[in-house]
Amino acid sequence: MSFLEVTLFLLDGFKISLLIFAVTLLCGAPLGLPIAFCSMSRFKPVQAVSKVFVWIVRGIPLMLQIFIIYYVPGLLFQTPIFAHIDRYMASNFNILDAGRITAVLIAFVINYACYFSEIYRGGIESISKGQYEAGYVLGLTKSQVFKKIILKQVVKRIVPPMSNEIITLIKDTALANCIVVCEIIKQAKELAATKALVWPLFYTGVFYLLFVGILTIVLGKVEKKLSYFKS
Amino acid sequence: MSVLEVKNIKKSFGKTEVLKGISFSLEKGEVLSIIGSSGSGKTTLLRCLNFLEFASEGTISVNGKLIFDGQAENELSDSEIRNNRLHFGLVFQSFNLFPQYSVLENITLAPTLLNRGSEEEIKATALSLIERVGLIDKINNYPCELSGGQQQRVAIARALALEPEILCFDEPTSALDPELTGEVLRVIKDLKNEDSTMIVVTHEMEFARNISDKVIFMADGVIEEMGTPDEVFLNPRSEKTKSFLLKDIETVG
Repeated sequence: MSFLEVTLFLLDGFKISLLIFAVTLLCGAPLGLPIAFCSMSRFKPVQAVSKVFVWIVRGIPLMLQIFIIYYVPGLLFQTPIFAHIDRYMASNFNILDAGRITAVLIAFVINYACYFSEIYRGGIESISKGQYEAGYVLGLTKSQVFKKIILKQVVKRIVPPMSNEIITLIKDTALANCIVVCEIIKQAKELAATKALVWPLFYTGVFYLLFVGILTIVLGKVEKKLSYFKS
Repeated sequence: MSVLEVKNIKKSFGKTEVLKGISFSLEKGEVLSIIGSSGSGKTTLLRCLNFLEFASEGTISVNGKLIFDGQAENELSDSEIRNNRLHFGLVFQSFNLFPQYSVLENITLAPTLLNRGSEEEIKATALSLIERVGLIDKINNYPCELSGGQQQRVAIARALALEPEILCFDEPTSALDPELTGEVLRVIKDLKNEDSTMIVVTHEMEFARNISDKVIFMADGVIEEMGTPDEVFLNPRSEKTKSFLLKDIETVG
């Protein structure tokens, strides 16, 4: 196999990695917000449920969570739903791995939403009470105070920890290969098994590095854009 | 008719009674200074007037209209609380400017959100207020680029933008270097000349004496002494006032 062929073969896998990355970010980031608000709720039962949920999700390896999501419907309820999706999509639309990718996406979105929620909570709670009170004494409503005064300060504060988490996310997508989703590392292992080529496995690192390089530049720009004020 | 009439305000945090029945009234254009040692309840009193805390007993009336009654059965709704707050302005010890907004935006934000006029009107009012506090060359600067004294002057302009009937200051110079307190006190003094009704919680005794029409000395949640500056500062009747003022002289001297 030529270098170009290997590159294209790996790129096929990296597309799956990027898909997991994008969906997790687009769904997990917003989903983190309600979880954060529940964790900060003054209604204790809601707060307790939310905190226990976050504790469990952050306390179990993501790989294990992928196994749980994928296997539990079949084991407990005799409906291996993701395997069904796999077969259905493969035979009707010629789309491979659809069920397994779905299981991975569910696990990733829930897992990352919990991590994001804690970052949001930290950011929101770090804003001084005085900022809220300054808004209240000016006759603003709670939602005006949050949207017009607090939010941007929170965003500024959470950009560095979010950047960290986002960079971790692209590398975590490799975990999808535990249920044989053909992300980039799975593709490389495939080459090792079928063509006795080991170097592509190390070559995958270049894909990650390049992507993280782009992320670093983009996130750095966001950080710079918010550097006009100190909070 | 008094602009402000406060009757028998009581407030407890848990089992600690911070305000034990505060009553006073304020006429239009009057300046009231509240002095007293830390923990005497001065700040809590201001926070009750601005509805950041809610008194457990007592009443607050503005221009003869009862706006708060601790005995009332139903709690105030959010919009009633907001309307009540607008009778008062509050300048904080720690300024609390909005860091992501420029000086001008800090002042126009609330009037804009409250629909207090067209964009041009609001901006014109804001500019004249900034002029008054002497920061017209800083309108596009952000709070982090200003000194503490300048920030506090912006905070005063921000409070004035909503034209409150009573402007409250919570130790407006306590977070400032001695050389910066002067510029803030001057702005407050200028306001007095324009007939604003003000309540100033302060540790600046000289300033309180000069600016006030009325002085309240608070100790342990009660008004220990109330009167004109001369009465309170020159002929204090209560022992507590005497010893407080004496301590102040000692620390200064």
